[in-house]
Amino acid sequence: MELDSLYQEVILDHYRKPHHKGLQSGFDIQVKHNNPSCGDEVTLNLSISDGVIKAISWDGVGCSISMASVSMMSDLLINQSYENANQILAEFVELMQSKGQSQGNEALLDDAVAFAGVSKFPARIKCALLGWMAYKDASSQLMA
Amino acid sequence: MVDLSQYKKDFPILARTVRGGNPLVYLDSGATSQKPEQVISAEGDFYRKHNAAVHRGAHLLAEEASAAYESARENVASFIGAKAEETIFTKSATESINAIAYSFGNSDSSPKLFLTEGDEIVVSEMEHHANLIPWQQLAKRTGAKLRWFEVTEEGRLDLSNLSSLINSKTKIVAITHQSNVLGSITPLKPITEAARAVGALIVLDACQSVPHFKVDVKELDVDFIMFSGHKMLGPTGVGILWGRESLLNEMSPFLFGGSMIDSVTMTDATWAQLPQKFEAGVPNMAQAVGLSAAVDYLNKVGMNNVHQHEIALTKQTLDGLSRIQGVKIIGPVDIKDRGGVVSFTIDGVHPHDVGQYLDQHGIAVRTGHHCAWPLMRKLNLVGTTRASFHLYNTPDDVNKLLSAVSQVQSYFKVTV
Repeated sequence: MELDSLYQEVILDHYRKPHHKGLQSGFDIQVKHNNPSCGDEVTLNLSISDGVIKAISWDGVGCSISMASVSMMSDLLINQSYENANQILAEFVELMQSKGQSQGNEALLDDAVAFAGVSKFPARIKCALLGWMAYKDASSQLMA
Repeated sequence: MVDLSQYKKDFPILARTVRGGNPLVYLDSGATSQKPEQVISAEGDFYRKHNAAVHRGAHLLAEEASAAYESARENVASFIGAKAEETIFTKSATESINAIAYSFGNSDSSPKLFLTEGDEIVVSEMEHHANLIPWQQLAKRTGAKLRWFEVTEEGRLDLSNLSSLINSKTKIVAITHQSNVLGSITPLKPITEAARAVGALIVLDACQSVPHFKVDVKELDVDFIMFSGHKMLGPTGVGILWGRESLLNEMSPFLFGGSMIDSVTMTDATWAQLPQKFEAGVPNMAQAVGLSAAVDYLNKVGMNNVHQHEIALTKQTLDGLSRIQGVKIIGPVDIKDRGGVVSFTIDGVHPHDVGQYLDQHGIAVRTGHHCAWPLMRKLNLVGTTRASFHLYNTPDDVNKLLSAVSQVQSYFKVTV
């Protein structure tokens, strides 16, 4: 059914067993983002040194889409250069805005292409973007 | 159970199909109700035949529009046992509450209505944001203190500290008639008695009550009530503020402009009589006329029938949900003093995901904090899934809900 394109197995896996969840100390910056329409919240700790994403840890409450997305994002971005991370971020945002027309660039997004189905559900796009926007905020503050 | 099945066909939207090709099962009337053809036509006919700015213009259309608008007011007033001049059209219940809260913070209002430091405002933990934030912000502006009733574990208003909460400092008690999350109906009598004893005014948020059961402002012994048209089969963009005539006369207006004046010079102005004093600008005429058609419709069905019907659906839902493993009802499980709103959670599945699953089966529900975030925090919840009813819902709608809910955990592979 149509719903299966939204709830890909890999998304539900990350929801049930999220990666990098649990705030770690020693971060360079902490940001807290929420989605006021549904109450989802993400707190994200980020460390960047020598232009490389050294650490991301996070905590939060939310639906499977928002929690799985921040989990996969952490996997993708840790150890990437700031420039590469920006490229991945841009690709993910573009995928979310694709209205179901894009499969996503697997070379950049890896498992996160599973979120392609989200772009067909307008109300869920902001769920998938919650953690990414927290990262964008935190990293751009650090690199400013 | 009363049989209201003959009315469903009057609601054109209920004949459409939605996601997955499923017929629409609309269980989100607590957010907004659907509209019968009679309301849609009344609004359309106003534009097609009578449209003109009311209370101005020297032509026939202006006369017809004014008559339609004022007759709508009389109809809505009579629906709640009120006088027409005390029944003010606003754009929403939210605007109605803000209008009162504004007046209480405005020194142009009579001293009795003007809040200062040391005064207290009493609300409850189960208020919708619309009946919390205006008072919270009024308290901040004036230095008054905001206090609140708590909610019991069962999901009802905790009246155990009533006598200390409502005291000689209390100026306003602003409370919901029925929780939009828990469905519990507020026991008003002890609250109004306590408020009267100390001379406090009572503001009743009737958004979840007026559309669903008979409300008579005289019997309730409150000072202000507000509700919205769109939750009672009427159009969006129109709400009601009802207040006691003497109080409305002492209140300063919230919006200034055309229609609300008695006389104007370059440096001063005086205000029109009620209700025009509170209706600046060309009002939402077509919407008021549509609301009047909604009132006619509800009167035709009978508010007691509407209530009985919704109670039966609610009982069916409560009974059914309580039999499904992993489902927890948030709010009273007892049908006593309870309206047609049922919130629940499902272990291991976030409400947003529950709602998405139900949507795939054509079932429209509300998920999240329901504009009652403090209540969610109190209950230690991130949100709930909420089914809410109106007269067009059927036992079959509830069966479809129960059937889909019972499959949610297995779809999301929650191990129990």
